[in-house]
Amino acid sequence: MTKDTEFSLTRPTPTSAGGHIRLAHGGGGRLMHNLVQDIFAPHFGGRAIIEGHDSATVDIGTSRCAFTTDSYVVKPLFFPGGDIGTLAVNGTVNDLSMVGALPICLSVGFILEEGFPLETLDCIAACMASAAALAGVSLVTGDTKVVERGKGDGLFINTSGIGLVPENLEIGPKRVEPGDLILVSGDIARHGIAVMIAREALGFESNIESDTAPLVGPVQRLIKAGIDIHCMRDLTRGGLASAAVEIAESSGVGILLDEASIPVHANVGAACELLGFDPIHVANEGRFIAFVAQQDAHAALDLLHQEPFCDEAAIIGRVTDEGSGRVAMTSLVGGSRMVDMLSGEQLPRIC
Amino acid sequence: MKFADEFRDRDLAERYAAAMAKLVTRPWNIMEVCGGQTHAIVRYGIDELLPPAINLLHGPGCPVCVTPTAYIDKAIDLAGISNVIFCSYGDMIHVPGTNHDLDMARAAGGDVRIVYSPLDAVRIAQENPTKEIIFFAVGFETTAPANAMAVLQAAAAGLTNLSLLVSQVLVPPAIEALLSAPDNQIHGFLGAGHVCTIMGVEEYEPVAAKYGVPIVVTGFEPVDILQGVYMCLRQLEQGEARVENQYARVVQAAGNLEAQRIMNKVFEVVPRDWRGIGEIGQSGLGLRPDYAAFDAEVRFGAVQNGAEKETPCISGDILRGQKKPTDCPLFGKSCNPEAPRGVTMVSSEGACAAYYRYRRTSSGASK
Repeated sequence: MTKDTEFSLTRPTPTSAGGHIRLAHGGGGRLMHNLVQDIFAPHFGGRAIIEGHDSATVDIGTSRCAFTTDSYVVKPLFFPGGDIGTLAVNGTVNDLSMVGALPICLSVGFILEEGFPLETLDCIAACMASAAALAGVSLVTGDTKVVERGKGDGLFINTSGIGLVPENLEIGPKRVEPGDLILVSGDIARHGIAVMIAREALGFESNIESDTAPLVGPVQRLIKAGIDIHCMRDLTRGGLASAAVEIAESSGVGILLDEASIPVHANVGAACELLGFDPIHVANEGRFIAFVAQQDAHAALDLLHQEPFCDEAAIIGRVTDEGSGRVAMTSLVGGSRMVDMLSGEQLPRIC
Repeated sequence: MKFADEFRDRDLAERYAAAMAKLVTRPWNIMEVCGGQTHAIVRYGIDELLPPAINLLHGPGCPVCVTPTAYIDKAIDLAGISNVIFCSYGDMIHVPGTNHDLDMARAAGGDVRIVYSPLDAVRIAQENPTKEIIFFAVGFETTAPANAMAVLQAAAAGLTNLSLLVSQVLVPPAIEALLSAPDNQIHGFLGAGHVCTIMGVEEYEPVAAKYGVPIVVTGFEPVDILQGVYMCLRQLEQGEARVENQYARVVQAAGNLEAQRIMNKVFEVVPRDWRGIGEIGQSGLGLRPDYAAFDAEVRFGAVQNGAEKETPCISGDILRGQKKPTDCPLFGKSCNPEAPRGVTMVSSEGACAAYYRYRRTSSGASK
């Protein structure tokens, strides 16, 4: 956070935004980052919050456990390639995976609005069970609350999860160092665009499907092969840009991305062009970036290519000792630009 | 992606850069008029590829930036009326008025909706017959035909609950205002490709001839812009001042005649205030008297043009191309996209927002 203090030019206090929660506070960009740093971190002080990591790790007895929680408010509840239930399972599985943990079990909390169709709930529960089976986790406890009609938005889901971290495995922003290569596990921006097209009356149709997927498989494959992974981050709201900036800021290094190497499907790129979005700011739900020791990077890439959702994995950048806390990108035509978190809202309530 | 990748080709970009380095003999100031071009220049680092003698100035072609405070204040007032659904393009939501912005009006309970087309507002009006629907019609010649079409469709459908708060502006009068300023230092222009898609290129010919400046109608992809700068430079070095069309794959000399017809049917040319610049005579569009029933100012009261609030922000100088965002003492300090102190920081097409997003590292302002 000392980095952030130096970086004070980007840190308006929450009150400067008018003193109320805005949609952009939930968008995974700069405002949300500020909210965590300015309000939650000082009060809660948890290490994972301060270090800006996806999961907390806690020692219980002789085991090292990873623990995380996430809430899902996506509209529509069903979208091409996924649904809110699948997201709720994969999202928490992925947060656990990012500290190298093997996800074990999940809790599920439902907040239901009066009048919500039971048939739809049954369908979502079935999707959650399938997603849990695919990720190899159990849904072991849960909670249900019902709010009056008009006081909720159909269905909100919270999941929390526990995983086991292998001994002597330390994965986190602290380990990132100059020379590391940065891998992305596949094409980016598909989830955000799929949901956007399903939700908004944009007047165009597409065959774009969400990328929602459990990342436990590819991560465990890398760990078991002994790849020296320094840090991982799953790409969610705020996209690749937010993930890269968060890691640069919390590890105090510089990051240089190469725009030409970042995989984006042509139809997703075209939708981004039409909507005026930068794919690096668009949400994903089944992608991660890994910071890997240089000598292991190509082996890691080969391993990822053997995984079902990772056949388009690519090396997209490297860690530098210049511009600490900053992310720069070489543009397609060879110019350079900096990359920042999204400012304001792009896709409100995407997940 | 077809029709985009070809114009983001690194080899081609480098060839144009090399050709310009060979051609240039003295310093030139070339202004890109359109905010979309400014955004592309900074996003792709195009100016870094140019020879140092070519200085790109960022022009006033950001409709969000030049919409006067009085109109933003009026929009906020209208959005606060209980029976009103206020529809706007997303970019306008965070533009600061005197005290608030539309996002705050929404947070305070106003029904403010982001739409992607003025025709969405027509649909909302049809679906909500007991509500008043107001659409914030801002933009240059590019948005005017669709906004005019919304009025025509509403008229055809017999809708009486839709009106437009109109702050439409035109490019050629703005170029003339910049060129006739006594301290003008602009040697050539990149014309706004999408504006010319509607209007054609002919209306720029008298401007080029009168002021002796080349105007190259230019597209928005990196190679488009490099080629546009190259064509402009070639004219400057040869002492020419013509209108040329780099964006010929889209722009036809006469423009889109049907779009112009619809525009002229609904709108007439009127004087307009430009935020940061002031009033420019005959520089905007207003609804014709025949369509006064669709004019939000007629139905809900006229916008009270007042003096702009005093601010150390230099967005006016930036919109005139006299200064760069990094010349501003507020840039990146008390002014950023989350807490903008001026309009050029608000819109994603505003020069300050583009520099903030893509340039802080090389600006020095943040070091």
